[in-house]
Amino acid sequence: MELLVASAIGIMTAAGLYLVLRLRTFPVILGMSLLTYAVNVFLFASGRLTIGAPPILRDDVTAYTDPLPQALVLTAIVISFGMTAVVVMIGLGAFLGSNDDHVDDQPDTSTPKSEGQT
Amino acid sequence: MTHWIIAPVVLPALLAPFIVLAARYHIGIQRVFSVAGVVALISIAAGLAWQVSDGSVLLYQLSDWAAPFGIVLVGDRLSTLMVLLTTVLALFVLLYAIGSGWDNRGRHFHALFQFQLMGILGAFLTGDLFNLFVFFEVLLIASYGLMIHAGGNARLRAGVQYVLFNLVGSTLFLFALGSIYAETGTLNMADLAQRVTLIGPEETVGIRVAAVLLLLVFAIKAALAPLHFWLPSSYAEAPAPVAALFAIMTKVGAYAIIRVYTMIFPPDLEVTSGLHDLWLLPAALVSLAIGMLGVLAAKKLDRLVAFSIIGSMGMVMVTISLFSPAGIAAALYYIVHSTLAGAALFLISDLVRTGRANLNLVPHPPVMGSALTAGLFFVGAIAMAGLPPLSGFLGKLLVLDSAYGTDLVVWIWVIVLGSSLISILGFARAGSILFWKAHSMDPGEDPGDVTRPTVLSYVAVGGLFSLLTAHTVFAGQVHGYTTRIAAQLFAPDAYISTVIDTPGKLSKPKEDH
Repeated sequence: MELLVASAIGIMTAAGLYLVLRLRTFPVILGMSLLTYAVNVFLFASGRLTIGAPPILRDDVTAYTDPLPQALVLTAIVISFGMTAVVVMIGLGAFLGSNDDHVDDQPDTSTPKSEGQT
Repeated sequence: MTHWIIAPVVLPALLAPFIVLAARYHIGIQRVFSVAGVVALISIAAGLAWQVSDGSVLLYQLSDWAAPFGIVLVGDRLSTLMVLLTTVLALFVLLYAIGSGWDNRGRHFHALFQFQLMGILGAFLTGDLFNLFVFFEVLLIASYGLMIHAGGNARLRAGVQYVLFNLVGSTLFLFALGSIYAETGTLNMADLAQRVTLIGPEETVGIRVAAVLLLLVFAIKAALAPLHFWLPSSYAEAPAPVAALFAIMTKVGAYAIIRVYTMIFPPDLEVTSGLHDLWLLPAALVSLAIGMLGVLAAKKLDRLVAFSIIGSMGMVMVTISLFSPAGIAAALYYIVHSTLAGAALFLISDLVRTGRANLNLVPHPPVMGSALTAGLFFVGAIAMAGLPPLSGFLGKLLVLDSAYGTDLVVWIWVIVLGSSLISILGFARAGSILFWKAHSMDPGEDPGDVTRPTVLSYVAVGGLFSLLTAHTVFAGQVHGYTTRIAAQLFAPDAYISTVIDTPGKLSKPKEDH
C-alpha cells in the first residue's frame, strides 16, 4: 500500500508540475488542482498509513490512527478548493477582458515614446 | 491569561463582515468603521508591545488547550513590534485610500482591507506552523481581492500571475508541513524546537528536506531571488494603497524566516548547517543586486518602486542570513525603515499619476501640484536609496557594521555599496525625467479639469515621512530595542518554556514525564 500511495503522490505531483509550467491559464489551473490533490494525500500519509484503526481514544483499543493529519487535510482541502475557485474567476475575467489567456507577460508593443506624445 | 493578544485577530475578523453586511452601500460608514478599527488596533498593538518590552512572553491558549495539543498565540518583542508596525502602516495607507478615493473605485475595499490585516497580524502572533499556513491563506485571499480592486485588464492579468504563484507557494508550504509532521509529529513551534534536536544524525533526510522547503516558501513571500518574479508586475499593477500595504507582506516572509530559523532550526543546529551561509546569503546578495539594477532599468515609475522593494528585501535578507544578534538587530531596524519608505514611495507614485496618462518614465508637461509631489518623491528616494539624513542611511550603516568580521565581508560591502550607488542613479534618473524635464516640455492645450490630489493624500504620505523622521531621530533607542529583540531571539528558552510548561486542558502532570 505504501508503494501505491507514494507512487500516486509522485505521479500526480509530476503531472501537476508539468501542467503548471504550461503557458496558458487553463492547463496551469488544472496543474494546480493536481498539485493540491497530491499534497492532500501527502498530508494524509504524514500521519503514517493505518487501516481500519479508530482515530479517537476508546476502551479496549490499542492501535490508533493519527487524527491530526485528517484535520489538517480537511483545512487544506477547503482552502485549496476555495483558492481554485478564485483563480478560475480571476483567470476568466482576465481572458474575457483581454482576449488572451497567456499567464506570462506578453511583450509590450506600445512604445513609451508614442504614448508620451498623446 | 490576558485576552488582549487575540484582539488583533478577532477585531478585524468581526469588523470585516460587519462592514460587508451592515454598511455595504454606505462608503461613509465603511470609512468611519475601518479607520476606527485600525486606530483601535494601533492602541492594542502599542499596549501589547509595552507589555512585553520587559522581555516577558505573552501566551494565549485557544480554548485553554495546552500546547502542543491546542493552537497558541504567542507575543514576544519581535511579534509585537511587527504588529505595531503593521497597524501604524495600515492607518496611513487607509487614510490615503480614503483621501484619493481608491476605496470607492470598486466594491468591498474596507472589508478586504480588514481581512488582510487579520491575516497579517495573525501570522505575526501565531505560535503554530499550521496556523501560520492558515493565516498566510487568509492574508493571501484578501490580497487577491485587493490586488484586482477596481478591475482593469492589465490588473486582472497581473492578478492571475500573482494568484497562481502564491498557490504554488501554498502547495509547497503544505508539502513542507507534511514532511515536518511526518518527521517530528508536531507542528507547534516551541515543541518543534525541542524535538528537532532529538533527531539522530543518521535520520536527518526528511527534516532537512522540510527545512529547505519551508525556507523556499518563506523566500517566495520575501521575494528573494530567484523567487522574486511575481513581485514587479503584481505590485506595479495593484492599486497604489494596496501596493503600499503589500510592503508589509514581504516582511511577513522575513519575519517567518527569522522566527523559524532562530528557534526551530538555529544556525548552530547540525541538521541544517550550510543552509544560511551557503544558500541564503548568496541568494540575498543576488536579489539586492537585481532589485537595484531593476531600479535603474525600469521604464515605469511603479515598476521602479517595485524593484526597489526587491532590493530592500535583499538588504534585509543579507543581514538576516548572517544570523548573528547584531545582524538581526540591524535587519529589524532596516525592516521598519524599508516598510515605511516603500509604502510612501508607492503612494507618491500614485500622486505622480495624477494628471498623467500613465507612469512611463517620459517627460510630460507639469501639472498643478507637481512641485509638492516632486519634493515628496525626492525625500522618498533619499530614504529608499539610503542617503543621509534619513534612516535608510543609518540602517545601511548598521548592515555594513554587522557584516564586518564575517567571511564574506568583501562581497557584502561591495554589493551593498555598489547597489546603493546604482539605486541612487536610478532614482535620480527617474526624478529628473519626471519632474525636471517636464519644465522643458510644451504645455500644449490646457488639460482642463485635472483633479489635484486631496489634502488627506498628502497628509498620509507626510505621516509616513514623519514616522521615518522619528525612526531616524530616535535611531539609538530603536536600535537598542531591536538589539534586545535579537537577544531574546537567540535565547529562546523563555519562549519555549512559556509555551510548553503553561498548564491547560490536557497538559500532562509533571510526575508523568
